[in-house]
Amino acid sequence: MIEQNLSLLLVVVPLLAAPIAAMLPNGRLPWLLALAVSWLCFILAAWQLMVVIDGDVIQYSLGGWAPPWGIEYRIDALNAIVALLVAAIAAVTLPYALLSIEQEINKEQLSLFYSVFLLCFVGLLGITQTGDIFNLFVFLEISSLSAYALIAMGRDRRALTAAFQYMIMGTIGATFFLIGVGLTYVETGTLNMLDLNQRLQPILEHRTVHTGFAFMVVGIALKLALFPLHLWLPNVYTYAPTAISVFLAATATKVAVYVMLRVVFGVFSNDFVSITPADDLFLLLGVIGVILASAAAISQHDVKRMLAYSSVAQISYMVLGMGFASVYGLTASIVHIFNHALMKGALFMAVGIIVYRIGSSRFKDMAGLGRQMPWTFAAIFIAGLSLIGVPGTAGFISKWYLMLAAIEQQAWPVALAILIGSLLAVIYMWKLIETLFFEKAEQHEIGQGVQQRSEAPLSLLLPLWLLVLANIYFGIETQVLLKATATAVDLLGVADYHE
Amino acid sequence: MIDVIIGHYNYWIVIVLMMAGFYTVISRGNLIKKIVGLNIFQTSVFLLYISIGYVSDGTAPIIAEGFTRYSNPLPHVLILTAIVVGVATTALGLALVIRIKEAYGTIEEDDIHNQDESL
Repeated sequence: MIEQNLSLLLVVVPLLAAPIAAMLPNGRLPWLLALAVSWLCFILAAWQLMVVIDGDVIQYSLGGWAPPWGIEYRIDALNAIVALLVAAIAAVTLPYALLSIEQEINKEQLSLFYSVFLLCFVGLLGITQTGDIFNLFVFLEISSLSAYALIAMGRDRRALTAAFQYMIMGTIGATFFLIGVGLTYVETGTLNMLDLNQRLQPILEHRTVHTGFAFMVVGIALKLALFPLHLWLPNVYTYAPTAISVFLAATATKVAVYVMLRVVFGVFSNDFVSITPADDLFLLLGVIGVILASAAAISQHDVKRMLAYSSVAQISYMVLGMGFASVYGLTASIVHIFNHALMKGALFMAVGIIVYRIGSSRFKDMAGLGRQMPWTFAAIFIAGLSLIGVPGTAGFISKWYLMLAAIEQQAWPVALAILIGSLLAVIYMWKLIETLFFEKAEQHEIGQGVQQRSEAPLSLLLPLWLLVLANIYFGIETQVLLKATATAVDLLGVADYHE
Repeated sequence: MIDVIIGHYNYWIVIVLMMAGFYTVISRGNLIKKIVGLNIFQTSVFLLYISIGYVSDGTAPIIAEGFTRYSNPLPHVLILTAIVVGVATTALGLALVIRIKEAYGTIEEDDIHNQDESL
């Protein structure tokens, strides 16, 4: 009984909880509600993945209207992986958020904060559940609008300008997506993604279809911060409240990557991609993005900003996987969606803990701090290894598949770029490790913050270590994720690569 | 040729509005003007959808005696949703501008940038 309604419950439960959270008195109650909802969604999403992992599909017709006329929720392995990821990150971010948000946000705004957080959560989950492309646009905007509001709650006034800039670019992206949806609707008369796919196949040559495709890809590329459309991202991740940086860095851009996969390979098709320059463009921008963003990360003075540029580079890896348009390539993209969320979530959490203690995220303020905060430091070290892609960590698995894809197509420049990107990651992560561990602590006043150079409370460390251990776990035990990914890639209809 | 231009006049308006809005968003430094540009840009897309739904000689999609051709109501309904999204975006954008004005004392992008640089 519940199994039939899983996909709908994942959207309805947090959607109903959001206004309730807004009505609760400020304090810990709204947080408790959000926490309960996120864990419930986590269980539902895990259940959902178990149902579809072998290639089954869960269908739900909203209001009883049969697809393609009504809106359909259609869950296959790909949706389920991303939904599980979003729910899991929310479930570990919320325990972490309690203390860090109480420190960063006015007490009068707490219930509103958790209400908007739940809305953002609904939007991201909704994107993963829906099988209707216009419905996807609506969820995209629900998640984006609430994300702008959450970012603007940052302590620094630059959070406001970051949110504004993100809003302008995000809205342009969403509107481009809307134009693309309109143009494909003109050609096919349908909005259901599966139906679109079938109706598009005979008319792949039409110019309107190509124009629509271009609008959609550029629109989504703005949302996922594909180089060179990434300009909004560094400020957003730097100035947003820490828990929001963790949540958005681990989910928002990943969900956008999912949308790109779904639109490019699910709605259009691999055949279509091969007659457009999209795959070559993905490869080209991916290569430039990996190298330039990694290089930019090295020269940053602020750790959050460095991690933000690193995120742009990591997203470029996922785009590279799409550019290969092969089984290995897409496997790498999907696995990296998952693994990058684990490693970047852990890194942002660890830096957030340092900010919680010393009130600054600049390199020079945290010299020598690793000795006073050994657990946080160890977490940064392990998550950093995963980011670089050392065997035994989750990051290695995705890099491995990406390399396989590059070697399979003998794309040596791309393979070289992946290696250079990893080397650059070694440099910027080492810069952080060196500052934290080997530099002498300087005694000087830092503006706000309690300036308490000691290990953080357990409620911040536990979620962090949960993610760090997940990084190791998914680096060694790869069966479940790879099985789900294989099913997802199979359903996207990408054939093995042939010469 | 003339027929193509005049017969599709609504699409030409869409293109002009779209480019005017888009250009305003990119080129203006005043945050309010950016939001105005964004609105014009979004409105052009609304017009595009409404034009798509029009059927020659069709009436409003209400079942009534004597009418057999109706315009396609689906794009209109979609645009109702998109208008709501647009209104929400505008409201949020204006709220952000107010907060920016309070924090910086200006809504000119260059001034804001200079203030941040001088820190």
